[in-house]
Amino acid sequence: MSANPEQPDDQVTITIDGAEYQASKGATIIEVADANGVDIPRFCYHPKLTAPANCRMCLVDIEMNGKAAPKPMPACITAIGDGMVVRTESERAVSAQRNVMEFLLINHPLDCPICDQGGECELQDLALGYGRGISRFTERKRVVDDEDLGPLVETEMTRCIHCTRCVRFLDEIAGTSELGALHRGEHTEIGTFVGRGIHSELSGNVIDLCPVGALTNKPYRYTARAWEMLSHPTVGPHDAIGSNISLHQVRGTVKRVVPRNNEAVNETWIADRDRYSYQGIYAEDRLQEPIARDGDKWQAMDWQEALESVAGRLKEVAAQDPSQIAAWVSPSATLEEQYLLNRLMRGLGSDNVDVRLRQADTRDGDSPSPGLGMPIAATEDVDAALLVGSHTRHDQPLLNHRLRKAGLNGAHIMALDTRRHDWNYELSEELVAHPDQLARELALIAAAMAAYVGRGVVEGLHAYTGGAEPGDNHKRVAQRLVDAGSALVMSGDAVELHQGGADLRALTALIAELAGAHHGQLGTGANAFGGWIAGAVPYRGADGSPARGMSVAETIADPRRCYVVVNLEPEHDCFDGAAARRALEAAETVVVFSPYVTEAMREYADVILPIGAFGETAGTFVNAEGRWQTFAGVGRPIGEARPAWRVFRVLGNLLSLDRFEYNAPDEIHAELQGLWERQGNPSNGGWQGRPAEPWLGHGSLVRAGNTAIYGTDPLVRRGEALQRTPHAGAARPTLSPATAQQLGVNDGDWISLDQGGPSVRLQASVDDALADSTVWLPAGLEGTAGLGPVHGPINIQRT
Amino acid sequence: MVNDVCYATLKYDQPWTLDNYYREGGYEALKRVLDGPMDRGEIIDEIKKATLRGRGGAGFSTGMKWGFMPRDAPGQKYLICNSDESEPGTCKDRHLLRFNPHALVEGMIISGYAMGATVGYNYLRGEFMKEPFERIEEAVREAREAGFLGENILGSGVDFEMHNLIGAGAYICGEETGLLESIEGKRGLPRNKPPFPAQYGIYGRPATVNNTETIASVPTVMRRGADWFLEQGRPNNGGTKLFCVSGHVNSPGVFEIPLGMPFKELLGMAGGVRDGRKLKAVIPGGTSMPALPGEEMMELDMDFDSLAKAKSGLGSGGLVVMDDTTDMVEVCLRISRFYYAESCGQCTPCREGTGWMHRVIKRIYQGKGSYDDIELLEAAAGQIAGHTICAFGEASAWPVQGILRHWRHEFEHYVEHGRSMVEAAA
Repeated sequence: MSANPEQPDDQVTITIDGAEYQASKGATIIEVADANGVDIPRFCYHPKLTAPANCRMCLVDIEMNGKAAPKPMPACITAIGDGMVVRTESERAVSAQRNVMEFLLINHPLDCPICDQGGECELQDLALGYGRGISRFTERKRVVDDEDLGPLVETEMTRCIHCTRCVRFLDEIAGTSELGALHRGEHTEIGTFVGRGIHSELSGNVIDLCPVGALTNKPYRYTARAWEMLSHPTVGPHDAIGSNISLHQVRGTVKRVVPRNNEAVNETWIADRDRYSYQGIYAEDRLQEPIARDGDKWQAMDWQEALESVAGRLKEVAAQDPSQIAAWVSPSATLEEQYLLNRLMRGLGSDNVDVRLRQADTRDGDSPSPGLGMPIAATEDVDAALLVGSHTRHDQPLLNHRLRKAGLNGAHIMALDTRRHDWNYELSEELVAHPDQLARELALIAAAMAAYVGRGVVEGLHAYTGGAEPGDNHKRVAQRLVDAGSALVMSGDAVELHQGGADLRALTALIAELAGAHHGQLGTGANAFGGWIAGAVPYRGADGSPARGMSVAETIADPRRCYVVVNLEPEHDCFDGAAARRALEAAETVVVFSPYVTEAMREYADVILPIGAFGETAGTFVNAEGRWQTFAGVGRPIGEARPAWRVFRVLGNLLSLDRFEYNAPDEIHAELQGLWERQGNPSNGGWQGRPAEPWLGHGSLVRAGNTAIYGTDPLVRRGEALQRTPHAGAARPTLSPATAQQLGVNDGDWISLDQGGPSVRLQASVDDALADSTVWLPAGLEGTAGLGPVHGPINIQRT
Repeated sequence: MVNDVCYATLKYDQPWTLDNYYREGGYEALKRVLDGPMDRGEIIDEIKKATLRGRGGAGFSTGMKWGFMPRDAPGQKYLICNSDESEPGTCKDRHLLRFNPHALVEGMIISGYAMGATVGYNYLRGEFMKEPFERIEEAVREAREAGFLGENILGSGVDFEMHNLIGAGAYICGEETGLLESIEGKRGLPRNKPPFPAQYGIYGRPATVNNTETIASVPTVMRRGADWFLEQGRPNNGGTKLFCVSGHVNSPGVFEIPLGMPFKELLGMAGGVRDGRKLKAVIPGGTSMPALPGEEMMELDMDFDSLAKAKSGLGSGGLVVMDDTTDMVEVCLRISRFYYAESCGQCTPCREGTGWMHRVIKRIYQGKGSYDDIELLEAAAGQIAGHTICAFGEASAWPVQGILRHWRHEFEHYVEHGRSMVEAAA
């Protein structure tokens, strides 16, 4: 019997506090109330987590078919029924809520004046509405020992009200189950397994979830009050997701980062990398003013002087041979910065501008645009995915979160890399191969797929398979991808770094094409796609016109006389740090635009100009799905630092280039958007764009790796708290047991490694997750800066 | 009349053996049920007709509970026996497992078949590890060797396997959904209902949880018939029931008597109040049931409905008899201590309230309480009951409310004089 004859079958009508609402069958009372702005107090309930109904704060009065329920019911788990009458403000409901509040407060320390959560505390807020003025509890309050959860999350467990949101988050979302309840009754404590911290890459979210001050932000602790900060919307600067975040600042100083809700992008979560890297803004090595080399000394100068000097140097080289100038720009620079730099370079007559710092192989010059090839939110609905050279959990944490959801729902998530990774859910298939063999593995999957879909022999594939037959594992991967209603085939960071990356990209594209799957290609950086749009790549202008400049890889292999380096440290951020530094050191002129100044920069640079760091610059990032997200500058730049777009604009004027009279970044943005919209969909290289000859491999002991999660860019490498997590710190070269035995290396041995240049001494690990004859050694960790290519031959010696 | 159902073998020297169980008609009911085999619905109707009510404490109709199981739906279903007997004052299931384990095994097979379950778990409290766990294990072995357990039992095409499990010793694991969580290897935290176990029991499959005594009564119902069973007791209170009489009586023990027997008679079977003293109070069904004054108890009959009418309950059948030397504030203190210690801590009212109640009672008992404390105690109990995930909230609040209802003056005496009004205790 429906209250309304017009009502669709899947809808029911309920009355809350006298007002009628229509809602879907199966919804809970709290969902309907939330959707309609009816306040029901709650602590344990969170829309993204399962509801245990353990806080009992949301008890409401219910009447069904004219019959009142014998007890008040928890709104968070009670499903609605047609004709249900809910009273959230009846005497019984309010008395139940007040009673629960009294119980919650008796053992809560009420130390709001010294609690970081004060002013933004759910318990404090609700206590105002439901608590008593004076406590009837005269006994001693419970005191709970704190645990060290690591450098990111501070605990004050005496304040805990046992809502278990943090426990459920780590179980259900992070997939690490690092917190649980110990003991029982009044002695229940939330804690870790003995002595362990929380190491999830999403750990900081428990701070936002905690309704009280039990879990707080450790680096932020005691530095500001919620009500004195101004909140500014911005976008996470470290990965291709573009998580929506807010910066909280006091008088121009960023105090902390919190997530902003955006269901299409990051839902309500952010990765720790986006939350804690702001500490890097205030690193000690921030450059305060422009400096220039004067013999062996460094001379401070004012901006006018510095820019004139830079313009003069650039003009001088350009007058002789503009192709001798190369610009390397961070893939996390803003769209506006990348576009203006592109225009500066082309204005000088050089096409040598590139954001693909970590792309070792650029034989596929017209390679597909970086991006996911599908909406981020849709990835949670795929039926199958193949992740090639991507430890997605660390590379793109919130993309991994979506794929994990798909995997838990039964999708086949599969991976191919030189090692097994530490996933937070079970993959259907994890193929491991020596770096030289990755192309062969992909080719075998493609061959199995071609046979499965009846495509016959694919031209050019034989060169990769060498005539070998696909194994059962290749067939399984192929069939699952083909059979999937929606599938994703994606290459990641390790493919960018691979010396034969062009082959791997072409094969990945072929597999996607054969499977009818979405095709993604995600490297590091928040704005790699933006760099491509902005024309900060050597083979296309911002208007889509073809060009034939030199890539980063090419200007390392064939060094230029003059380099412009924007917001990067080549020893960490280029695929071959040692070679990149050699090229810079040998150059006549190196102009560095950077928020930071390092010892290395002082060695290779001639002029270093301080630019605004993340948070200090307005701009736009384009994320993996092609979403343009614009944000304002929030923090006051340190010292004399200026937003890079302003610096480039003035430089453009000094170089007398046309159309450089921008007043604000949105003018730059609008101009570029116009160019982009006129282009239509750029075509992808795909299998047809494969290299003429397959890359042959190194055939020896090979270093393989990716970019460490907290080593992706200068900002995060200065995130002091992140650098103290187990994901950062000294690199541990890792070998398979067989290879370790061959080389006489034991787990924990100190070994010396070199790639043709200076050697480094590091402690080895032995792990059966590795392919044989492979040394896993990611970039962006302590001890790896002096080494050569992340993917390339390596020598090991026991010390 | 006495010892006719669960304690039928008690007259033998070794009442637990299969042979002695045979002598009392053991496994005849099973053979009859499996011959055909009998229609499942018919068995359930028979149990309903016998008005066999749950012996674990709630007294819910067993037949009706069985009817909730999707017995003919495909897929795995489970029967769970709750032998986590933890209610203070209760020791009947331990006796049953000790002396007549085959009644449970036969009951498990018949009940499991009736609900379409092919696997039965018998969950025993941790303290049963030493004894009688081995006894029931032995009975299961004997039954398997005799062909009563396993596949295609007695050629009937019916499969059933039974497993005994040991808990780790927590009162809350006797709560049926806490027990299910515990079987799954998790913390024994009670679940919200719905979904009920018959929809979502263990491992996501339907399950029904019955008390040991309930299941052990099933073979007799099926062998002697629903009418015979019903006639043993009273309308809506069919059969006999095990009562554990402890406290200030001359001969404490466990007695199987027809439901509806006057309390007076049961007290007589236990030898009467010790030293001929005056009966002061009785907890009629385990400590979670409100205590009743002696005079009132002497007029009451021991069945579910009579005790419910007296604002208490038959509960698990654990009677605690107290004479006039008993300090009811001290009783309240001891009981509240138990529930304070056993709360699982999952939901707020019980986690915070049980400890608070205990501390307030302690303050009064130590002579430091006030009249406000008595009101606070009453309020706290009311704030817990009806607001929690499981019935533990009521179990912890009812005894306090019951003692306050009948013996409030003893609390007030403590407040006024700082000591007990009961001479022997003072």
